[in-house]
Amino acid sequence: MKLHRILLAPSLGTILIFMALPIAITTLFSVLTPAQYGGVIWEPSAEAYIRLLFERDIFDDTLTFNADYLQILGRSVLQAGIATVLCLIIGLPTAWFIATRPAGQKSLWLMLVTVPYWVNLLVRTIALLLILRDEGPINGTLQSMGLTDGPLPLAYNNFAIGLGLVSSFLPFMILPLYAAIERFDFSLLEAAYDLHANRRKAFFAVVLPILRPGLIAGGLLVFIPGIGSYLAPDILGGGKTLMLGNLIGMQFQGSRNWPFGAALSTILMAVTLVALFIVARRAAREDA
Amino acid sequence: MSLLDTRSKDIRNLPGFGLTAGFTVAFLYAPIVFLVLYSFNDGRSISRLDGVSLRWYGQVFANEEIGGAALNSVLLAVIAATLATVMATAAALAMVRMRVRRKAAAYAVLNFPLMVPEIVTAIASLIFFSSVGLGLGFGSLVVAHTTFCIPFAYLPITARLTSMDPALETAAADLYARPWRRFALITLPLLAPGLMSGWLLAFIVSLDDFIISSMLSGPGSTTLPVHIYSMLRLGITPEVNAVSSLMVLASALVVITSGLIARKQS
Amino acid sequence: MQDHGDACRLTGLGRTYGRGATAHHALDGIDLAIRANEFFTLLGPSGCGKTTLLRLIAGFDQPTTGEIAIFGRNVAGLPPEDRPVNTVFQHYALFPHLTVAQNVGFALRMLGRPQAEIASTVGRMVELVGLEGMEQRRPDQLSGGQKQRVALARALAPGPKILLLDEPLSALDAKLRQRMRSELKALQRETGITFVFVTHDQDEALAMSDRIAVMQGGRVQQLGRPEEIYEAPANRFVADFIGGANLIPARIGAQGAQAEGLGVVPATGAIGADVTLAIRPERLSILPTEQQQPGDLGPLTVAERIYMGNELSFRLEGATVPLHVTLPRGGLRGAQDFGLGEAVCLRADPGAIRVLAS
Repeated sequence: MKLHRILLAPSLGTILIFMALPIAITTLFSVLTPAQYGGVIWEPSAEAYIRLLFERDIFDDTLTFNADYLQILGRSVLQAGIATVLCLIIGLPTAWFIATRPAGQKSLWLMLVTVPYWVNLLVRTIALLLILRDEGPINGTLQSMGLTDGPLPLAYNNFAIGLGLVSSFLPFMILPLYAAIERFDFSLLEAAYDLHANRRKAFFAVVLPILRPGLIAGGLLVFIPGIGSYLAPDILGGGKTLMLGNLIGMQFQGSRNWPFGAALSTILMAVTLVALFIVARRAAREDA
Repeated sequence: MSLLDTRSKDIRNLPGFGLTAGFTVAFLYAPIVFLVLYSFNDGRSISRLDGVSLRWYGQVFANEEIGGAALNSVLLAVIAATLATVMATAAALAMVRMRVRRKAAAYAVLNFPLMVPEIVTAIASLIFFSSVGLGLGFGSLVVAHTTFCIPFAYLPITARLTSMDPALETAAADLYARPWRRFALITLPLLAPGLMSGWLLAFIVSLDDFIISSMLSGPGSTTLPVHIYSMLRLGITPEVNAVSSLMVLASALVVITSGLIARKQS
Repeated sequence: MQDHGDACRLTGLGRTYGRGATAHHALDGIDLAIRANEFFTLLGPSGCGKTTLLRLIAGFDQPTTGEIAIFGRNVAGLPPEDRPVNTVFQHYALFPHLTVAQNVGFALRMLGRPQAEIASTVGRMVELVGLEGMEQRRPDQLSGGQKQRVALARALAPGPKILLLDEPLSALDAKLRQRMRSELKALQRETGITFVFVTHDQDEALAMSDRIAVMQGGRVQQLGRPEEIYEAPANRFVADFIGGANLIPARIGAQGAQAEGLGVVPATGAIGADVTLAIRPERLSILPTEQQQPGDLGPLTVAERIYMGNELSFRLEGATVPLHVTLPRGGLRGAQDFGLGEAVCLRADPGAIRVLAS
């Protein structure tokens, strides 16, 4: 065997056997029949996918349309989408600011925004809940200053989940944008001013199009983990509003409907791969 | 140099951007700062500061379950990071220094774990380990963590290897070093900072994981995040604060270490 | 074998990259004999195959066809670590994590020499290249010139039979390059080692070499001493690449070469043959047309005059190609100067006109 094969075999083998194969098996499980206490019975069934859209009457087996699960799916996409846009709105100026600092300050700022990512996500989510709660410092300050009578509902709702997603994934938006701005040739901006563009026009006509690959990369890095996120909706949403990640998790904990959970995660995986594929193809086309 | 050099800073500075950057940093740090602050609170309340005390830390250190979970987490992260680093190094050597057929496909496989949403990895691993009869527990955790750590270890190692002048290895060959000595005396020492960064990144990523561990850990193999999560059933107690703050401390240590490595590298 | 006088003998050496229609012949049937103890230079523009040739001798790459013999021993298929040659790399390739002394002693350590011998050789080499006191420094604490010396000492330490140098001076600034030229030449004389030197810089090649092989398109265009290469270029490429030359199309007639607009130029060859006349710009004199004699070129018009400090450069129109002449300022010709539009003729120094096949 060639040396390069021996060197590549362990890593590629591990990923194929313990990541790709399990995902393939999961897809297979999504078309099997659920067993009563978790697991599956080896009988093909499309029930998991039917269940996504319809409710089956327990007595006469008739199907009625049920949008509950679609709503959860839609909410996940929406929440992740909003979080992505928010990350962009605060991430782009931040990345720009960092990239235009003098060399010495640059690495300090960069460290400042990346260090929180090294802190455990569960811990960060708990910390966010701590300050958003009714008894937390924000509400405490507002009330003691007499600005609000009662506590503002900051925690346990979609707002908190959104905030959680933004704080979880913001560094993923900042880093690729920073890399793109760092490479940006600022004499182009001078040229734009020279050619009578004002600040706003120069920014939208020159800067944004050039930063697009960075924007897309950052957007993807926030959006994809956002859709499937588990901790933010679970802890900050107080379990009241489900997202796709929690719905999937539930099928393997309380509800024990493995094929349904497998179907949901197959859909999540498919959405992810399609998004990545489209972006990769566009990137390849732009390179050519 | 800018043509309009008298005030070239103006061109790059855009209004409000500095303020946003400041807000970003405040937004990222404020929760963590409060978490740590309240962990030193003497009272049971987590909304009112009643004086400084280390009593909750005392309780955390006295709690054997937390200790066991912490030990599991560290052991798991060390083993997974080490295995992932070894495999990633071998892969990086082949990908950067050798001619590999279907390199794009190999690259896609190496990066595949980065593309899979965590929840999918979690339930796919659960299904896999329980249906092939390997069962759940520490062994399965090690395998799953090693797998998703590989690309994280791979990234800094390839970056380092790519930036290394291949002429150095050629020069060593020219100066009579046989292949294994070239590797041991030239490639490996020069790769060392990349190996350390890769290992640390894999270590922190393993330590960060909650969802995969919560699906795969059996009795006795609970990791610290999984244990903290179970503590949350009683709400955010001062103990949760204290143990979370300890995790912040652990992350800070890792960050400082990798910062020192990066400084040495440059 | 009777070629033991040759340090390196290359026979029918070829290196092809790729296959079929996209194949690129980096080297195309090279036959060369590099003599022992000579300073041999491979000179040519980038992409001419000179670096490929060096890499084949070093063993970093394997030839597609042909043979390499080093002091009579066929080294085909041998890896670099089994060849008695060492290389000075273009960007030095010093091991950044090792000290100067460790870099210089690296090969001896690999060869398993005893510590005492390594220490004394390293000391001698460091002294040879004038780096005493720098032994414990690391490469990033050295200047470009010092790195260059370490690279030399490191390659010389194991006592190679041939030292290969891959554009070793290209990363240095102009002043340092001048000094390193003489030092390299002196080092070669002192050590008696065969140097094979790769460069694209003709001045470097002319100044240092015993013999030069001018390369282009994967082939050797001319092989000879610096004087031969410069004075008697074998073809248009060599004439143009080394020092630059006026290349004038002409046809051989009974009295000499007939060049359009220039009259009859003294030259010999097969009557009726189309040739190229090569004349160096500095070997032409400019005269007012009144002084034109038979054999002089012209009449021509001054189209451009460039002041270059120590010399004047003229471009003259009137022939099929523009002609360039440089006049030194000072000396016998120095008094001369001509204005734009002036009608002049040219007189070549005796023997300055080379007749090349077109």
